[in-house]
Amino acid sequence: MAATPLLEVTDLHKAFGGVQAIANVSFSLHKGEVLGVIGPNGSGKTTLVNLITGFVRPDTGLVRFKGKNITGTQPHKIANLGLTRTFQVMRPYHSLTAFKNLIVPLNSPRVHQSRSGKLGDRDAVAIDILEEVGFERDARVPYKIAGSLPLGYLKRLELARCMALRPEAIICDEIFSGLSMSEITSLVPLLERLQLDGITLMMIEHRLRELFRLTNRVIVMNFGAKIAEGEPEEVLQHPDVKSAYLGTETKA
Amino acid sequence: MAERERRRRRLDRSIKVRTGGLYALSSWNEMAYLLVPRAVLIGGLLVLPLFVDMYWQRVLCSAGIYALLALGFDFLAEYVGLVCLGGAFFIGSGGYISGLLNAHFGLHPFFSIPIATVGGAIISTLVLLPCLRLRGIYFAIISFMFPLFAVYIIIALNVFGGTEGISALDTLPNIWTEIYVIFAAVIAALFALRRLVSEDIGIILRGIKDNDQSVRASGIDITAYKARAVFITALIGCFGGAYLSHLYGWLGLSLFAMDFSILPIAATVLGGMGSLVGPVLGAFILTPLSEALRGFGQLRVVLYCLILIAFMVYKPEGLMNFLERKYHQFEAWVEV
Repeated sequence: MAATPLLEVTDLHKAFGGVQAIANVSFSLHKGEVLGVIGPNGSGKTTLVNLITGFVRPDTGLVRFKGKNITGTQPHKIANLGLTRTFQVMRPYHSLTAFKNLIVPLNSPRVHQSRSGKLGDRDAVAIDILEEVGFERDARVPYKIAGSLPLGYLKRLELARCMALRPEAIICDEIFSGLSMSEITSLVPLLERLQLDGITLMMIEHRLRELFRLTNRVIVMNFGAKIAEGEPEEVLQHPDVKSAYLGTETKA
Repeated sequence: MAERERRRRRLDRSIKVRTGGLYALSSWNEMAYLLVPRAVLIGGLLVLPLFVDMYWQRVLCSAGIYALLALGFDFLAEYVGLVCLGGAFFIGSGGYISGLLNAHFGLHPFFSIPIATVGGAIISTLVLLPCLRLRGIYFAIISFMFPLFAVYIIIALNVFGGTEGISALDTLPNIWTEIYVIFAAVIAALFALRRLVSEDIGIILRGIKDNDQSVRASGIDITAYKARAVFITALIGCFGGAYLSHLYGWLGLSLFAMDFSILPIAATVLGGMGSLVGPVLGAFILTPLSEALRGFGQLRVVLYCLILIAFMVYKPEGLMNFLERKYHQFEAWVEV
């Protein structure tokens, strides 16, 4: 057994009324790893993200980040520990310009501490981060109102918002969904660079081909339970996974 | 010969385009372009009282109070996403604290008003603190309850003068002090808030309005920031209340009157949501108007409603947003 995992989820349970949204889910994620989470719609992937990042409190179970129990901790405290997330439904601060969107995370306690009291020019820092995520092609884009940006930029903006926190781990909730093929292929190198920078990624995805370029370990969810874990090829051959995606054969 | 069709062409002035994102001032002309509207507003407020009689000066004083409340309402609704109908609670808590300090400890209004401003704001913030998790209509309803709650506590416990109130409080030295104290407060609050909403804290608050979940994921404690916003608004409102009790030399249950919660909304809708200047303008139009219509008695309220409805239907953006747009545009008739 190597060092303690960066993120460790043990026996997580969550029911909404009579619906068991998450049942008995456990997994762990080591520093620098990329973990894919796949599964049909409604299988509890986003709920899992909400439980880990503190937006929803689990009924039972444990979430540990850097060995620290963060179960039921408030989202902003978890974010300040270095674990942040993107949202599946893009909702930027639509009345603010793109670079002003990043002023929000740049004011978090985590960023204040890491820059040891030296505040500097936050606007410049914000524009630097936007350039990093690919806003440089048109220098005016960072000054546009976020509500007017196309979806591809919004996804980048969402990643930029996470990166502004200088996190140790980012959970991406379907970051490829709704994007065109060319937008996706330009987003993949960005995620690879995050990984090279030592940021641990957990990726909720439906786009399996792009996901498998980034990761060699996936877990499969169905009806709130983890039904398989392992390398992409071996997981996809798993009979439960096949039936979850394709349905089971019924004998006539 | 067919008549040639004409239509209006509108173009944004270049300075508006540039100042929309960044300030880039290069000439006196452009400086003047930005400064003139501000100078007109401040100058207008300062000069106005010189041309009206004592009675209307008093009306302008209460218009100032409504302007403060409207300003606070607009700030909370448009920049934080909290629709706060608790204006009467701000007025009441500020007014009672200041009045009681004056009546029981003989504190001069120049001391009791600042103490009541801060004290009332602390109380208002603490009272609203548990409700800050609520949004939209839910927060509106709860904040609307607090003034009623306070009234019935005072009646039931028969404290603070009970239903009678306390009269013969000290007033400010003269009408000029009265009028310029409140006008100075309105101008200061207006420009302070306009500055605040473009500072980092203002940007975070606007972020909370647009998407509070994402702000939480960015490591920001949204309740702490909302509490700060409520405190700032309460400071402005409680100052108005403290001032009011010394304006009339009286404190009583009518400090918690619903007018203080509702009229600022009318002023904000009339003046233009989100402009901060608009609500001030709205208050300075509606309060004198209401006074001029005093002869109609309770029908005034009907008139208010008609104005509100008319504006919502025909000019939902409000006066100020309309004027601002016009100011920033060239307009010309062109033949098509």
